[in-house]
Amino acid sequence: MLNTTIPFGPQHPVLPEPLHLKLTVEDEVITEVFPALGYIHRGLEKLANTRDFHQVVQVVERVCGICSMMHAMCYCLGLEEMMAVEVPPRAKFLRIIWSELHRIHSHLLWLGLFADSFGFESLFMQLWRIREKILDINEATAGNRIIVSVNMIGGVRRDLDRDQIKMILAQLDHVAQEVRRLGTTLLDDYTVKKRTVDKAVIAADKAFELGLVGPTARASGMARDMRMLGYSGLDQLDFEPVVETDGDCYARSKVRFREVFQSIDLIRQALARIPPGEISTRVKGKPEGETVARIEQPRGELFYYIKANGSKNLERLRIRTPTFANIPALISMLPGLWLSDVPVAVLSIDPCMSCTER
Amino acid sequence: MLQEVVPASLDTLIGEAAKIKVESYRFVTITCVELSENTFDLLYHFDRDFQLKHMRLIVAGEQCVPSITPVYFAAFLVENEIQDLFGIHFDRLAIDYERSLYLDPEVQVAPFCKFTVARNRCEKPIVIPESTGSLKDWKASDA
Repeated sequence: MLNTTIPFGPQHPVLPEPLHLKLTVEDEVITEVFPALGYIHRGLEKLANTRDFHQVVQVVERVCGICSMMHAMCYCLGLEEMMAVEVPPRAKFLRIIWSELHRIHSHLLWLGLFADSFGFESLFMQLWRIREKILDINEATAGNRIIVSVNMIGGVRRDLDRDQIKMILAQLDHVAQEVRRLGTTLLDDYTVKKRTVDKAVIAADKAFELGLVGPTARASGMARDMRMLGYSGLDQLDFEPVVETDGDCYARSKVRFREVFQSIDLIRQALARIPPGEISTRVKGKPEGETVARIEQPRGELFYYIKANGSKNLERLRIRTPTFANIPALISMLPGLWLSDVPVAVLSIDPCMSCTER
Repeated sequence: MLQEVVPASLDTLIGEAAKIKVESYRFVTITCVELSENTFDLLYHFDRDFQLKHMRLIVAGEQCVPSITPVYFAAFLVENEIQDLFGIHFDRLAIDYERSLYLDPEVQVAPFCKFTVARNRCEKPIVIPESTGSLKDWKASDA
């Protein structure tokens, strides 16, 4: 048999962002994978050292165009712990609401892209049409569709009034109904199953070995969700991680599909229990020490290491994003697959290269 | 503040990592901090049941750090990133991009360091002040 090396990406119809895979194939079966990064490295960690620690909130929001709010939230949680800032309970709940809205629109975006990766264009368009409703909520409540910029060290910048809460609940009912209707196609359709079941399987022990996180890990039976840490008032809400055990592309899409409803439920709970009061605390002084903050991003565990020396600039900000942890999965899952399955398998980890390279 | 920090040296690093793996810790990432002109702090982060454990290794820029990829394969990407951005060389890396993960092959500076360290594998590094520019310019001016 003839060994051939085929470049997959950095520009490829299914890839929203540049990722380059050097695929070695025997006939049309993958035998080896070598990922190559570096197309959108922006040095944001270095930039963070040159800005006032308050301004870094806006820097980290630019790490990712999909889950910008989560980056700012994680950074703020880290600094608030370091500076012993007590965030008002209402601000904590508001953070949960906006972060779960981000998770919903990220999952709907991914489910659409995933359908697109195996050529199901109408499913892709339906999912993105529903996603617009979440972006409308973002715009109506935070003034922007994606980079909502609501976080600040010590709380949040914006509040929700009664009318906005009513609007969110009504829109979420609508979204839940529409996504549920698409569930039959997404989970039971013959073509979808044919392209995703038993493809790119990662067993639980392998997932642990590779350090996988987020829906990719949970689809392999690992009940690991950073929301179980109970940050930002999540400990006051009912929450159980969504876990599937098959570890294939189908299980990964099922986890994300179920998590859309889980996030809707968390927002409803948060809106029902949100206490009245202030939305931010005045922060005095400058940070000193080192700390780690972790939250659950739509793609998995987001990790921030922050080191400060009492000046206005941070000494070091290190960001480990979930895709960075999930890249090793590609090396493990692709060998043995047909070349035509590569787009589906690559998409199944929901790669975000902006996050990965920062 | 970091709770559980295990100190490590170049000799004990792999042994400590193996011990941590036996205790069922998952590899999270490595953080590199430039402490001074030629000293780096490498913090290895691990997680078990949502509890973090850290391993701290302080190294000089010219020292070769043993890669933990024989124990935790998942560390290959972050070790390559540190090689690129801080110029620290990792020995026996499972997949070695040889400082081309983010950088072009001709780049000799370590962009995340105040003082850049250009090196070729485990040879003694050449320290170039940041303002001096590229290695090529520096060599030309020296000549």
